[in-house]
Amino acid sequence: MNTKKITRYGLLIALAFIFSYIESVLMVPVPVPGIKLGIANLVVLAALYRMGNGPAALVSVVRVVLAGLTFHHAAMMLYSLAGCTLSLLVMLLLKKTGRFGMVGVSVAGGVMHNLGQLLVAAAILETPALAYYFPALLLSGCIAGVVIGVAGAEILKRLPGR
Amino acid sequence: MKKRLDIWLILGVFLLAFSVWFYLRLMREEGAFVVIETEGKEMGRYSLSESLTVELSSPGGTNRLVIENGTAKITEADCPDRLCVNQKAVRYQGESIICLPHKMTIRIEGGGESGVDAVAQ
Repeated sequence: MNTKKITRYGLLIALAFIFSYIESVLMVPVPVPGIKLGIANLVVLAALYRMGNGPAALVSVVRVVLAGLTFHHAAMMLYSLAGCTLSLLVMLLLKKTGRFGMVGVSVAGGVMHNLGQLLVAAAILETPALAYYFPALLLSGCIAGVVIGVAGAEILKRLPGR
Repeated sequence: MKKRLDIWLILGVFLLAFSVWFYLRLMREEGAFVVIETEGKEMGRYSLSESLTVELSSPGGTNRLVIENGTAKITEADCPDRLCVNQKAVRYQGESIICLPHKMTIRIEGGGESGVDAVAQ
């Protein structure tokens, strides 16, 4: 790994980390837990489109571990890790098909992030009651995905090339 | 042409969300009991028909449960995010309030067989 790569990873991870922090500070009280914009996914999306699968995965996982250790309840890290892994896998797959734009990929990422967390919650809490959160989490993941996808596409347009 | 599928994906997610929501809405029935569970194990059960306030303690901390007018809600919690406090009051069967940090859920159950069970215990 050359110096340029190291600095680039460092910058991206730092940026994603800061976005996580901003989000944890700005958390708006909502009736359903887990609804958020996921601004950090902007960085993952940018890494995915500019640098490729590996870097996107690296930034995403390191970001979740760092944020989990610092801003969030430690017990919550399992939820975020499940969310980010599922979201990442689906985003890679959709991008690979070549039939989805950045918005579609981001929507899938947002929805799958919520779904991953919901699945872990279902496994840990062992309650079918979680089904009630499913529609709200689907919708919020979708809307957040659109916002992040549109923003991401605009940002990438304006970013200077490699 | 290439981006055509994006909109279908979004519509599909919306459709799925609304159909699940609609289904749950159709199926709902008034509940009779509040069941407290931590990590899937039942820790307590209260009737929805009487008003009361209880402190629920679980390995992670405590939450204050208030039951009145046939609805249940959490009004106080010592977890950092307090998401459970922001959740709306529950009254229908299957609805729940979840506190992830304390691994605790309160869930509404109906009368019928579970009511008989509760008396038998």
